[in-house]
Amino acid sequence: MITVSDITKSYGTGGSKNRVLKGVSLQISDGDFTVILGASGSGKSTFLNIISGLERPDGGSVVYGDCDITKLTDSELTEFRKDNIGFIFQQYFLLPNMTVEKNVRMGADLAGNRDYRETIAAVGLRDKSKKFPGELSGGEQQRVAVARALAKRPRVLFLDEPTGALDEQTGRQVLDYICNLHNEYGFTVVMITHNRNIAEMANTVVRMNSGKIAEIYANDRQKSAYEIGW
Amino acid sequence: MIIGIKDALKLAGISVIACCAVFVCTMFLNYNVDIAAMKAEITTEAAAMYNAIVSTGKVVAAVSGGCLVATSAVMLLFYVKNYIDTHGKELGILKALGYSNFKIARHFWVFGLSVFAGCFLGYALAFLYLPTFYELQNADRLFPEIKPHFHPIPAFLLVCLPAIIFAILAVLYAYLRLKNPVLDLLKERREYKQKAAKRGGSDLPFLQDLKWSTVRGRKSLVFFIAFSAFCFSAMLQMSTSMTDLSSGEMAVMVLAIGLILAFVTLFLSLSSVVKGNAKTIAMMRVFGYNHGDCAKAVLGGYRPFAYLGFAIGTGYQYALLKGMVSMVFADVGTVPEYNFDFKACAITLGLFVIAYEVAMYGYSQRIKKLPVKSVMME
Repeated sequence: MITVSDITKSYGTGGSKNRVLKGVSLQISDGDFTVILGASGSGKSTFLNIISGLERPDGGSVVYGDCDITKLTDSELTEFRKDNIGFIFQQYFLLPNMTVEKNVRMGADLAGNRDYRETIAAVGLRDKSKKFPGELSGGEQQRVAVARALAKRPRVLFLDEPTGALDEQTGRQVLDYICNLHNEYGFTVVMITHNRNIAEMANTVVRMNSGKIAEIYANDRQKSAYEIGW
Repeated sequence: MIIGIKDALKLAGISVIACCAVFVCTMFLNYNVDIAAMKAEITTEAAAMYNAIVSTGKVVAAVSGGCLVATSAVMLLFYVKNYIDTHGKELGILKALGYSNFKIARHFWVFGLSVFAGCFLGYALAFLYLPTFYELQNADRLFPEIKPHFHPIPAFLLVCLPAIIFAILAVLYAYLRLKNPVLDLLKERREYKQKAAKRGGSDLPFLQDLKWSTVRGRKSLVFFIAFSAFCFSAMLQMSTSMTDLSSGEMAVMVLAIGLILAFVTLFLSLSSVVKGNAKTIAMMRVFGYNHGDCAKAVLGGYRPFAYLGFAIGTGYQYALLKGMVSMVFADVGTVPEYNFDFKACAITLGLFVIAYEVAMYGYSQRIKKLPVKSVMME
């Protein structure tokens, strides 16, 4: 269980201070597929950065089980991310000078996972494991990012607009891989997006507006990546 | 245009190396020209020493000058390549808009200004130091009193010509690098394919592989780090071994030049490694690699080359001094025999280990301070 309590965050100082998060509280159950929905500037990316331990809040707490990550030192936070968290970003952020296999090993070695080739196969890239990111399409690169994140066997997978740079068909394909792997391994998924249709894939939807949670609702039925509109 | 004087100022490393090269060459060559003008007044007893000093000047200018000029040239090419790599998008847009390769490349001439600045400074400093240098060279009063004179041709050869040649070199190299397809520049695609063929089948752990891939990706930095160790080793040992062969002032000058070259090159190289791998480091930290792992992976691969540079520097200084003593000063009876100084070598190695590891620690702390969020700021 992830318990987020009264998170606040501001950027800038004095008159130019911008309050991005204004006391956000939320609970995410283990194994949940949560989508955080919001327009640009709603504070969803900052919220994701804070609950994943990439950024520190000005106030409030983020508790995983009984561990408040806002109280951890930088080294402890790094260790925490190593053991618990996986990330997938809109821009993939693959290492350009390393092959697909080596990019996936970046995650796998952290977890002592020797079956990383299976993870590569699970995202349909077995025959491209010796290619470099620059030799792959956008969709393939994002699938490498998925494999890299999952190869470290995270308890929680954070996705920051994972389909933002992809066309519809490729975007659906990537989401489908994520859904299938979520169903198979049972990790918690927290995904941010501005696309309302993608929110239909989640069991919990959190809608943010102006640094606050405007609405939380559960979907009666989670749709597959090929059922949602785009 | 996107390349300006500000960019040329960033080539401080080249300026420092050029400054040291011209400083050394100016002293010895100017002295040679001035002493040659007085050859008729030199007694037969001093003729052997005259020949030795002239030969020494030529050897020092050729070896030190040549070595430093070659290093400056490699550094210039590195900067041009680095500039094109990091400004690929802007340069790609210019090409896409219809600017020819040469039209873009010709603006790289400004990189020659950093060479000019270094050469000019080196020449000026040497000129200020010439009276003292002339005194030291003639401490035994074997020759008539020699006063430093300004010689326009050496001044042109040591200050203007290198700047012109380096400016042309920068333009030509930029022209060749800009021949890459527009899309490769725009998408900042680099040549990783060949490297894949080499290591495609390797089963090294990620951190090991990253270590060697970082080294392979920036081979010129291997050269610079080895060069900095070379300078440290050669110049420090030379300065201690020279006490019997030359004056204390000369030893201090060699020591100072060695340390300046070593540290400037080392810091520029390590800064470049950290800066060039900032995204990789940030991504590793996001995934949970601690800063020690990041530092080892990004900086650790250069360590063997640094120690190799040290070993080459040791061999170089021994060969140079031994050669000078046995060949150049062969006819001069007062010069003592030169043997390898193991004590100086051991002390220099100890100092090098301390200096290198402290620098590595400093840069690992810099890696620790890299904000994790920077990876997402694009």
